[in-house]
Amino acid sequence: MIVKLRYAAIAIALALLATLPMWVGNSYYINIASQFLLFAVFALALNVLVGYAGLVSLGHAGLFAVAGYSGALLLQAGFDHLAAIAAAIVITLVASAVFAALALRSTGIGFLMITLALGQIVWGVAYRWASLTNGDNGVNVSTRPAPFGLSLASAPSFYFATLIVFLLAIASMAVFVRSPFGASLRGTRDQARRMNALGYNVWLIRFLAIVFSGFWTGVAGLLFIYYNQFISPQISALTSSAEVLLMVISGGTATLFGPVAGAAIVVIMKNVVSAYIERWNLVLGVIFVVIISFMPEGLVPGTVRLLRWAWGRLQAKPSAAGERPSERPSERPSEERVP
Amino acid sequence: MMTQITSAQAAILAINSLALGGLLFLLSSGFSLIFGLMRIPNLMHGSFFMLGAYFGVTLLGWGTNFWLAAVLSGLAVAAIGGVIERLLLRRLEGQVLPQVLLTLGLAFIIADICLMVWTGDPYQPSAPSELRGAVTAFGMFFPLYRLAILGVAVVIAIALWIMVDWTRLGAMIRAGVDDPPIARVVGIKVSQLFTLIFCLGAGLAAFAGVMGAPYLSVYPGLDFEMLPLALIVVILGGAGSLLGTLVGSFIIGFLYNFGQVRFPGLAYVILFLPMLLVLVLRPQGLFGRNVA
Repeated sequence: MIVKLRYAAIAIALALLATLPMWVGNSYYINIASQFLLFAVFALALNVLVGYAGLVSLGHAGLFAVAGYSGALLLQAGFDHLAAIAAAIVITLVASAVFAALALRSTGIGFLMITLALGQIVWGVAYRWASLTNGDNGVNVSTRPAPFGLSLASAPSFYFATLIVFLLAIASMAVFVRSPFGASLRGTRDQARRMNALGYNVWLIRFLAIVFSGFWTGVAGLLFIYYNQFISPQISALTSSAEVLLMVISGGTATLFGPVAGAAIVVIMKNVVSAYIERWNLVLGVIFVVIISFMPEGLVPGTVRLLRWAWGRLQAKPSAAGERPSERPSERPSEERVP
Repeated sequence: MMTQITSAQAAILAINSLALGGLLFLLSSGFSLIFGLMRIPNLMHGSFFMLGAYFGVTLLGWGTNFWLAAVLSGLAVAAIGGVIERLLLRRLEGQVLPQVLLTLGLAFIIADICLMVWTGDPYQPSAPSELRGAVTAFGMFFPLYRLAILGVAVVIAIALWIMVDWTRLGAMIRAGVDDPPIARVVGIKVSQLFTLIFCLGAGLAAFAGVMGAPYLSVYPGLDFEMLPLALIVVILGGAGSLLGTLVGSFIIGFLYNFGQVRFPGLAYVILFLPMLLVLVLRPQGLFGRNVA
C-alpha cells in the first residue's frame, strides 16, 4: 500500500513537472522552476557526501564555480558548446579529485574546515585573479546551446532541458543508493573502522563518492551559467555553499527526495523574500538556527513531527505518552577515524 | 607580474607583516583554543572580529579613548559569546554538524544585523593620537601604530602563554584539550571551562577587530574575509597550540604582504599554499599533537 502510494506520488509529481510550463504561463515563474531544478541537482550532489558519506562539505560552491567558470571562459575563448561542456566537466572532475585528496586527510570537523578553505581558494581566484576571471565583473555567456537543433533560448525550452538533466540526476542517485557502492559508502559513514577491517578501502570509497558528487555539482554549475548566461564570484562564496547545505539538511539528509524538497523550499523562499526585503542572509541564518535548535532532522520531517506532537496534545489523552519531540537527533558514529 | 622589491620597501613590508601577524594571532588564538578544547569550528569567529570592530567604531564616535573602546568592545562581545555558548551551543554538545551549522547561521545573522546598523559604508577610525606618527630608524619611516599592534599582540601572547602553561586554570585547559572525559573524571568542570574559553576567544577576536580597524578599516564582508585566515592559521599551527598559532600567524602575515607586492592577483590564493602543504605532509599541523 505504502509502496503504491509512493509510486502514485512520484507519478503525480512527474506529471506536474512535465506540464509545468503549460499551466504556469508566466515565464518568470517558469524560470524560478528551472532555478529550482538546477539547484535540486546541486543539492542531490551534495547529499551524496552529507547524507550517505557523512562528510560535510562547506566548499561545494567552489566546485560549482569551477565548472561554471571553466565553461564560461572556454565559451568566451571561442570553443563550441559541446567542447566547452565536456572540457568543463573534465576540469571539474580533476578539481574534485584534488579536493578529495586534500580534504580526506581528515574526517569530521577537519574535513569540513578543509573544504571551507578550498572553497575560499576558488573564491579568491574568481574574485582577485582579475586577469583570468574578470574579477567582480564576472563572465558573460552569450548563447545557450541548441542540442539537436532545438534552441534553448526561451524559458520553457530551457526548463524542459533542465528537467531532463534533473531526472537523469535523480535516476543516477537512485541507482547509486541501491548499488553495492552506495551500500559500502553508507558503511563507511556508520562504521568506518569495521568497514576497514572487512577489507574495504574506506579512503577510496570516500574519494570516489566525492568525485561522483563533483560530477553532478559540475553539471549543475553548467546549467547555472546557461540559465543566468553570466557568472560572478558571488556564486563561489561561502554563502552559496551554506545555501546548498541548507537545502540538503532542511529537506532531510540521506533521503532521495529530501534535497529536492529542500531545494524547492530554499529557492522559493529566496525569491519570495528577495521580492519584499533585502535581508535574505538574515532569513537564511534564522532558518539555520531554528532548524538546528528545534528540528534537527530537517524541515519536512521536523514539521511533521511537531504537528503530530501538537495533534497528540490536542487529543488531550494524558496516557498517550511517547509522542514528545526528542531533543536530540540520533547520533551517528561518523567521527571514527580510520588509521 | 613579478616586481622587484628594494630593501627599504622590504623593511616596511616586514613591519606590516609583523603587524598583520600580530592581529591574526589575536584573532586566531581564541579560535584555536575553542577548536582545540571544545572541538567546535566556530564559524562565528570572523563575525566576532567584525562586530568588535563596529562596536569600537561606535564607541570611538562617542569620543571614548581608543584603548578603553577596544577593551569595552572586547568585553561586550565576550558577553555575547557567552550568551550564545550557554543558550544555544550548550544544547548541542558533542554534535559536530549542528554546532557548525548553528555558528554559520549566527554568522549570517550577525553580518546582516551589522549591515543594517552600520550600513554598507566602510569606516576607518584613526589610530590613537599618541601613535599616529612614525619613527625614523636607519633612515626609514616606520608607522608607529603598526609597531604598537605588534607590541600588544606580543604582550597578549605572553599573557596567554603564562595562563596556559603556568596557572592552575591553564593546566585544566590543557587537560581538557588532551582528554575531556578524563578531565571530567578527575573533577575539572569542563563545561565551565568551555564557556570561559568561548568568552575569552570571542573577546580577543573583538579586541583584535578594534585594534585592526585603523589598519584594515571595517566594512561588510570583513567577517568572512577574516574567518578563513583564522582557519588557515589554525590548520597550519595545529589546533589548540598557542605556539603553533603564533608561528602560523606570522607566516601568513608575511606571505600576505609580500605576496601582495610580488603577485598582486594571486596574493589571496598564495595564503592557502602553506596550509595545503601542511595538510599533505603533517595533517595535525606544525605544532599540533592530536589529529583533528
